[in-house]
Amino acid sequence: MSMLEVRDLRVTYRQGDRAVPAVRGVNFTLDRGQTIGIAGESGSGKSTMALSLLRLLAPTAEVTGEVLFDSENLLTSTWSKLRAVRWAEASVVFQGAMSALNPVRTIGDQLCEPILLHDKVGAKEARRRAAELLDSVGVPSRRLGGYPHEFSGGQRQRIMIAMALACRPNLIIADEPTTALDVMVQAQILQLLGDLVRDSGIGVIMISHDLSVLSHMCERLAVMYAGEIVEIGPSSQLIDDPRHPYTRALSRAFPTIGDPDSRRAPSGLAGDPPRAADLGESCAFAPRCSDVTPDCRTRTMELWPSGPGRLAACLRVLAEEGGPS
Amino acid sequence: MTVEEGRLSPPRLNAARRFVRSYLERPAGLAGLGVLAAFGLLALCAPLFIGDAQLNVIKVTGPQLAGPSGSYLLGTDQAGRSIIDLVIWGSRESLSIGIIATVLTVLLGTTVGLLAGHYEGWVGKGLMHVTDWFIALPSLPLAISLAAVLGRGAASITIAIAVTSWTATARLVRAQTLAVEARPFVDRARALGAGNTQIMLRHVLPNVTPLVLVSSTLTVASAILSEATLTFLGLGDPTSVTWGSMLQSAFSDGAVTAGAWWYLLPPGIAILIVVLGFTLTGRAVEHVLNPRMVGRS
Amino acid sequence: MNVPALEVRDLKITYPARRGRGPARAVDGVNLRVEQGEIVALIGESGCGKSTLARALVGLVKPTSGQVLYQGTPLNYSAKALKKYRRHTQLVLQDPGGALNPRQNVFDAVAEGPRLHGLTDRLNETVRTSLTRAGLRPPEEFTARFPHEMSGGQQQRVVIAGALALDPSVIVADEPVASLDASVRGEILKLILSLRDDLGLSALVVSHDLGLAWNIADRVAVMYLGRIVEMGTVEEVLLRPRHPYTRALLSVLPDSAKDWRPTLLAGEPPDPTAIPSGCRFHPRCGNWAALSGPDREAAGCDRRDLPILSGDPSALTLTACHLVPGEHV
Repeated sequence: MSMLEVRDLRVTYRQGDRAVPAVRGVNFTLDRGQTIGIAGESGSGKSTMALSLLRLLAPTAEVTGEVLFDSENLLTSTWSKLRAVRWAEASVVFQGAMSALNPVRTIGDQLCEPILLHDKVGAKEARRRAAELLDSVGVPSRRLGGYPHEFSGGQRQRIMIAMALACRPNLIIADEPTTALDVMVQAQILQLLGDLVRDSGIGVIMISHDLSVLSHMCERLAVMYAGEIVEIGPSSQLIDDPRHPYTRALSRAFPTIGDPDSRRAPSGLAGDPPRAADLGESCAFAPRCSDVTPDCRTRTMELWPSGPGRLAACLRVLAEEGGPS
Repeated sequence: MTVEEGRLSPPRLNAARRFVRSYLERPAGLAGLGVLAAFGLLALCAPLFIGDAQLNVIKVTGPQLAGPSGSYLLGTDQAGRSIIDLVIWGSRESLSIGIIATVLTVLLGTTVGLLAGHYEGWVGKGLMHVTDWFIALPSLPLAISLAAVLGRGAASITIAIAVTSWTATARLVRAQTLAVEARPFVDRARALGAGNTQIMLRHVLPNVTPLVLVSSTLTVASAILSEATLTFLGLGDPTSVTWGSMLQSAFSDGAVTAGAWWYLLPPGIAILIVVLGFTLTGRAVEHVLNPRMVGRS
Repeated sequence: MNVPALEVRDLKITYPARRGRGPARAVDGVNLRVEQGEIVALIGESGCGKSTLARALVGLVKPTSGQVLYQGTPLNYSAKALKKYRRHTQLVLQDPGGALNPRQNVFDAVAEGPRLHGLTDRLNETVRTSLTRAGLRPPEEFTARFPHEMSGGQQQRVVIAGALALDPSVIVADEPVASLDASVRGEILKLILSLRDDLGLSALVVSHDLGLAWNIADRVAVMYLGRIVEMGTVEEVLLRPRHPYTRALLSVLPDSAKDWRPTLLAGEPPDPTAIPSGCRFHPRCGNWAALSGPDREAAGCDRRDLPILSGDPSALTLTACHLVPGEHV
């Protein structure tokens, strides 16, 4: 039994009398110590999907399906059970570290809070653990008394990671943890996250729009488009040999320096993401696809096997792999 | 070709039509506008059916301080005048003082706020100092002294209201101007070659206007209330009928002790309804003017 | 010799001291040239002064000392002269959503430049051509839209169309793709490249992204703490980096290659209010740290100031480093 099993997860936002689907049937599993990266553009539903796992979305979002965390369905569990799972067993590193930290409380207080809440230890012990945590993410523990604005962007992100680790969780959901950081700081944070995961055997779901960041951090990758996973599999294979045309476009978006093909030849993807209202069961990517067939606009898409441990939602792949047609 | 070019540039008429169409979709705004239109119409048409015969205490024939009846729907006052006639007549001066005072407030406040926000340095600082002085001025004593200088009456009340309330608009506009000028599109305009005037008029003002419009509807409301207050305190022209003067005479004529609710309530309720009408209209205009709010509930 | 389209000479921009800190030397001596029809990428981390430099190039910031030259003529900061200059040099900003007035529709946003300069004779045609060139086709479909009704990529195309409407010869783009989605990024870069190829525009593109330089630029300049530390042709600088800072920047790009071994620089991005003495990079420099005893003394990175790079565009590469032999000019 996997630590986390997501089955047919759907999220729909209610806007007045309209229903806007944001996540349209996502399935994946994650074991202890595994890392999975979720890639996609803004509006692809990747953040919505990740936050819905711990029911962190606004009440206007309607979440269906199953999120089995240690066999407990978090979507139907009681609030008290859910609260126990949040922080203690699964925690989140948010994108904007400045807005996710309370500006009027010290870092130490904010680090101690989850420890006191979940681990039932004394204030002194909590303080000691907080200092340890801060050291472990590379921020000097003497700065426990500092306020968020006294830290730089990279340090705040480190503090966010320390907070996520506070109760020794089994799962961390990192939502764009390095977006808006400079490349140098981004590399530092990625290395820190990588080390922490390797050493502790924590499961990680990492969300980013940057395939190269994910491929380096995660064993497996899932690429989302228009609320669905269009390709999933081992990251090295997805990067080296993308099967879905959208994955291909994403992997080419950031060039490899020294690659003569991309010199003076930026690669992009024409067209715009589809509007949620226009989506049906056929391929959502078809309007932007350079390799589209008439079938793509009519046939219902599923994730078909595209290699060992890989799935892709593309009819071309289905034809090549000789699956049932 | 010419036809196509015509289509390229969206005509202004379309914008006006779009404004009307989206305004029509807002029931609360329509209700507010309806109330204001009804009051405006009544105020404009009042001279057609209300004249000296209904207003002059010497000429009126009704019973004194009588309750509502068939011939006097809202009863009569101490002098025997019909309350409903007085409320309608009173709306003329109450509304015009409220609106004129608001126009003055908005013009003065927006100009000062815009300049103070746009020009850093001594111009902005100087203007903000002046604004601060006016904020520090207590409004009631100021109004009383103004009335003493200018004589009692509508003009001095209007000026007193404008002088004491423009500062709020100025501060609001200045804050908004600073916020708008910090946004990149102002940089873009400057890089395209726009000067101070163009930036203020084309970029800052349109982004400040909705806020000013909304706040001005509240200013009208508070100006009408101030008018009532100042008149109630006896600073108005004693011969003219306004909602404030009605409340004052109801009070001084002992309507409270006599239990003549029909004398006190109608002007009060009229003030309430007009203020509500302005507020609803302001909300609706805000929603329609802000393109981001279009299509949102 | 050709006259460069845009040039800065010994440019320094200092912001006054605030809240107990010293004055911020945002740009601290820069020579840079953009030749006619050339795309130059200016690369650096946040706080290195690259955005301030970009704003100085379009006359939004007045230099503390030094010069900005357009077609060989120094910029005159009188209101009238600046306005005239702004017909020729256009700015494209990072966040297209913020760069468009939310109350202006696309037509007005694109027509703004021509209107400001009184070029309204053939306004419809100008707007149509600009929108088409910027890739918004057919233009009729977009003119009546408001910024919030468009995607980020479309918004950025509107900003670019607004710049093209004045028929400029130089475009200064500050992080033009940083806030756009990955797939849109390439489309906008293609557009910038095509403007150079088809219209002969020169461009200075400011970014934190070395991949962008590889994608579109002819030359690249790497900026650190107010100075350019290395510049040269893209191939030379990115494939054979000499300055330790450029090397570090290149090494941290998360590559799909298995053996990602980044050279992490210690510490946070540096502070322009407290610029170190000598070589401004020495506190974070691995090469300097690796030296010991007499070598360290001889190198003197912490005491000896470096000259400002000449910005000569004909040089294959220029490096401001005491430890790179014989190359600093």
